[in-house]
Amino acid sequence: MQNKPKEPLIHMTRRKALPWQAAWGIRLVSILLALLLCAVITTLTTGLNPAAVYATMFSGAFGTARRTWILGKDIAILLCISLALTPAFRMRFWNLGGEGQILIGALATTACMIRLGSDFPNAVLIPVSIVCALGAGAVWALIPALCKARWNTNETLFTLMMNYVATQLVAYFVIVWEVPKGSGKIGIINQSTEAGWLPVIAGNRYLLNILCVAALTIVMYIYLNYSKQGYEISVVGESVATARYIGIKVGWTIVRTLMLSGAICGLTGFLLVAGTDHTLTTTIAGGQGFTAVMVAWLAKFNPLGMVLSSFLLVFLSRGAGEIATIYSLNQSYGDILTGIILFFIIGSEFFISYQLHFRRSGKNENAAAGSAQKDSVKAVSPQSADILPAKADGRKENPDTVPAEQGEEGAHNV
Amino acid sequence: MFDIVAFIPRMVAQSIPLMFGSTGETITQKSGNLNLGIPGVMYVGAISGVIGAFLYERACGSADAMNGALTILIPLCACLLGSLLMGLLYCVLTVTLRANQNVTGLAMTTFGVGFGNFFGGSLIKLTGADVPSIALSATSNAFRTSLPFGQSLGAFGKIFFSYGFLAYFAIIVSLAAAYVLRRTRVGLHLRAVGESPATADAAGINITKYKYFATCLGCMIAGLGGLYYVMDYANGVWSNDAFGDRGWLAIALVIFTIWRPDIGVLSSFLFGGLYILYLYIPTGMNLAVKELYKMLPYIVTIIVLIITSMRNKRENQPPASLGQSYFREER
Repeated sequence: MQNKPKEPLIHMTRRKALPWQAAWGIRLVSILLALLLCAVITTLTTGLNPAAVYATMFSGAFGTARRTWILGKDIAILLCISLALTPAFRMRFWNLGGEGQILIGALATTACMIRLGSDFPNAVLIPVSIVCALGAGAVWALIPALCKARWNTNETLFTLMMNYVATQLVAYFVIVWEVPKGSGKIGIINQSTEAGWLPVIAGNRYLLNILCVAALTIVMYIYLNYSKQGYEISVVGESVATARYIGIKVGWTIVRTLMLSGAICGLTGFLLVAGTDHTLTTTIAGGQGFTAVMVAWLAKFNPLGMVLSSFLLVFLSRGAGEIATIYSLNQSYGDILTGIILFFIIGSEFFISYQLHFRRSGKNENAAAGSAQKDSVKAVSPQSADILPAKADGRKENPDTVPAEQGEEGAHNV
Repeated sequence: MFDIVAFIPRMVAQSIPLMFGSTGETITQKSGNLNLGIPGVMYVGAISGVIGAFLYERACGSADAMNGALTILIPLCACLLGSLLMGLLYCVLTVTLRANQNVTGLAMTTFGVGFGNFFGGSLIKLTGADVPSIALSATSNAFRTSLPFGQSLGAFGKIFFSYGFLAYFAIIVSLAAAYVLRRTRVGLHLRAVGESPATADAAGINITKYKYFATCLGCMIAGLGGLYYVMDYANGVWSNDAFGDRGWLAIALVIFTIWRPDIGVLSSFLFGGLYILYLYIPTGMNLAVKELYKMLPYIVTIIVLIITSMRNKRENQPPASLGQSYFREER
């Protein structure tokens, strides 16, 4: 096939770790490019000039004190879900079941508020609700985790399916508890007694949620970076074989981490029901279980970075919502803008991890590698390693390491 | 009582979008790309077809002025083009730029569903048309045209010949995909790419070409599912979010069929049946229980997922490199 070996026009190699300034510079450029494209598209659809587009978006997010608080509330919820998913992602366990785990937590909270609301004072009811929500979320995540640990069941698809089971379960209870009968809605729970509602502090009903999530962010940062369990999570994520070798109980780590992940999702459900919405619908999570995946990934699974990335996404969706309202466009406009920005950031990651070399005349070092590649994989790797020294040191040292690139847990068949 | 003759056509109508979606996703996954953007792709396919048909119907003015062939071809090509672009986007990001497939897929779903709902909700305003809603009855009639002798055959005709051409096309595509995957050299190469790209690369198979081709083809097939839904099932009426979670169900079907499109034909019927079974189960006044029956397709998928992983038979496993990007210079 390669009778006449020729050097490809563009050759790419994996970069050594890029200094963080350069990495963030690349990301910033990609976001700016994306915003530019968004502005062009908005101008084409609405006829606004680009500067006005951003002014409108800005006023949609920060225009009034109320809007700013709503922005804060939305960031808190999205951030909370992202924090929940992060431990699992660091372990390369793709928990796409955030949506379902939130719903189950919300369902548990609602159950407590409706069933126990009239019997107990808030001082008892709220802790009970929290415990129930945490437990329900943890159980919902535990089911796929056990199967993953025991039989290596594909968790991406399992957790995805669990979302819909949870949705239907919520739909069932919504009809069971509907007020008034036949309306298909629960309505505001305990509106007169406010039993089970989180207290309003400092005159603002969103503040408590925001503070809770802020505290959780710091705790999660410490847990992931400075605790033994956080370390175990990272090792399992990098290489299951290494983790086994150094004596980490892989199965238990998976189960424990997923229970944590699910419990925090359950907590989000609690915050949604008891803190802000005071009702339960099947769409209470509103797809944020998926958005949070992207929030967590954008921040490279760093809890502090997620504050920024969740801000970016919430700002976009609220800003785009404002544009949509003013120009009576569909509210989904925000999703399009979010999608475009995500595509740009996703694409920009390539330029952070890889380097492009363009063909230079007179240098033909790749020809050797080209013909050698026909032999076998094993034979190729050391060869290309000599030729491209940049590649060899970038990667992990461990010879056991299964290709722990993105996506599925590397050790599929271990 | 249970009316099987009425049930089967509805079941089939439900199953066709799933069949397109799962066949497309199977082809994609066989190349090692886990495309979680399929729900978005199906939305984009549907809305592209709608936009094409909407503009054509408006340009013609009335149903009489419309050319029969163009009525079908314009939405069809628009749909294929829209889904192809989504496929290309996914490939550029995951194959060329080696991005994370899960994140890319989810971003595509966000984008695609938003794109569909945005244009579905704003198309009338954007084009300045004076119609109250998007109802493409002329195009839909063309898509729903069934074989003329179907009506004269009674129950038999109703069960087998009462569907538009896309329904038969879905079955043909699924069977053809199954044949190509299992019996041809191209299929063998494609499976090799999905199982072990490094080995396939060493054997001289162009990984990038296969991944691009399979993913784009898969997206185009999945997009047809969206087109079928809106033109045939929904009578050409677009309503936002009506397509629902069928895209995810199509991904579930891929697992359920253990990556075999020929099994996919029957399983799609099964899932289509499960999807609407709650309408037929007598529950009396207890409406809430119906919601529980809607869980059935998902629970069945979960059970299959667990069982295949428990039995751990090699031929029933996902493609080994599923979800991972391939970079030649990496071990």
